[in-house]
Amino acid sequence: MRDDEQLISRRGLIRAGALGAGGLLLAGCDKLNSSAGFRGVLQSAEKLHMGSQRLLGREALAREFAESAMSPVFRANGNREVADTAYRRLLDGGFAGWALKVDGQVARPLSLPLAALQALPQREQITRHDCVEGWSAIGKWQGPQLSRVLDLAGVSDRARYIVFHCADRFGSTPYYESVDMVDALHPQTILAWKMNGQPLPEAHGAPLRLRVERQLGYKHAKYVMRIEARETLDGLYGGKGGYWEDHSDYAWYAGI
Amino acid sequence: MNEDSTSGAPRGGDLVRRHRLSTRLWHWTNAVTLLVMLMSGLMIFNAHPRLYWGEYGANSDQPWLEIGSNRQGRGMVKIGPAIVETTGVLGVWKNPEGEVRRRAFPWWATIPSDYSLADARLWHLAFAWVLAVGLLIYLLLSLLNGHLRRDIHISRAEWRPSHIWHDVREHARLRFPTEAAALRYNVLQKLAYAFVLFLALPLIIVTGLAMSPGTDAWASFVTELFGGRQSARSVHFITAFALVGFFLVHIVMVLLAGPINEVRSMITGKYRLPKEKGDA
Repeated sequence: MRDDEQLISRRGLIRAGALGAGGLLLAGCDKLNSSAGFRGVLQSAEKLHMGSQRLLGREALAREFAESAMSPVFRANGNREVADTAYRRLLDGGFAGWALKVDGQVARPLSLPLAALQALPQREQITRHDCVEGWSAIGKWQGPQLSRVLDLAGVSDRARYIVFHCADRFGSTPYYESVDMVDALHPQTILAWKMNGQPLPEAHGAPLRLRVERQLGYKHAKYVMRIEARETLDGLYGGKGGYWEDHSDYAWYAGI
Repeated sequence: MNEDSTSGAPRGGDLVRRHRLSTRLWHWTNAVTLLVMLMSGLMIFNAHPRLYWGEYGANSDQPWLEIGSNRQGRGMVKIGPAIVETTGVLGVWKNPEGEVRRRAFPWWATIPSDYSLADARLWHLAFAWVLAVGLLIYLLLSLLNGHLRRDIHISRAEWRPSHIWHDVREHARLRFPTEAAALRYNVLQKLAYAFVLFLALPLIIVTGLAMSPGTDAWASFVTELFGGRQSARSVHFITAFALVGFFLVHIVMVLLAGPINEVRSMITGKYRLPKEKGDA
């Protein structure tokens, strides 16, 4: 500043004021973001999200598309390969000795080889996969409806959640996800072993992945090894029902 | 914008009732809500800083807008074939600790300031209810109490191009209405407020809903109306910046029109009518 007596210029004052106010605002938001009470208020909106979606579209079907609408390349996300040696042996052997375990709150725990899943009535659907990050890809999926598998196992009336235990890991924690019975019994909820007309590739979750079409990508568990029917999510790892839910506080209900 | 009923025709210098309680409450609720929506929205954008047209769009598809960085560590915004270097602000910037970060929008523009898609969604989706329910209540109240008819409705005479052009010229000369004329919104104000109330806010709410896979199941026509989920996401982003544009003009106009009088009228409802120039 040329004039030494003019210690504070008007422009400088406005700039300092704006920066100060902005800084306070940001610091305030970050402070609120780490306050358990405030986060609790924000998190309570999840009940509104889920409640309103269930009120307006409990049985609604996700849109299905024509083959001509499919993405030329379907992006793979999350884990794209599995390091576990037992998994790699199964992959190399075309999952010949593999079987899906179904247990928990069921009358008849099952062990279903791939051929048994392929022999069940199949559903094929071309749907849009929406990632929580914002991108979308359209692909074709085929497999038995989850409801058929649950029927075979005689799922108990006490079961309120279906949990998917997976072969892929983040660090030492295996991936897991869960849905409630409304989504588990939804006709478009399938256990896909086929994608775009081919057996599911490793990057997309071979041999089996969940498709739960009205929710975001992280609910669509890949590399599903075991399905467990549970009365509660308490006691399942961190208790929030999924790896990202426990690990990074993503919402359990991912319909929006 | 009610005249003070106790006095006769209001004149320059009079303190008059200008904004209803519903307008004042909604204004300040929105000021906070829209800022939170914008800043948490920019963080959500950072998770996938590319925009597409159509139903699908991911890394192997062609975006129409991308904010990123190149191998040399330069930040840039790509819109179609155009590339603008933005190192330091967009794409590549330093956090308060001086560490270089390669993300689209910088720490000072996002909630939270450290990268967290999960936390940004927590804020964005909770405040979305405040925005949507607030707008609905405000529109209903404004319809019932006559605010829309009396203050926002643009008459046939005001729609005349000569009238609009006259207002544009007056604004360009920074000559704003005085005396009793200042009780009424002028046509440019009405157009700006109608744009926000009836176009920008409904559009940003509807395109937000169109991105939800749950909503898409029971209201597919909404997503289809915009030409697909990725188109809806693009329109959502463009509308957000149209609202930023409105905000900037709004602030400039408040500063030009007399910030203390204007801000007071939005807090207490009382407004001092400006006097005709030279009317000391």
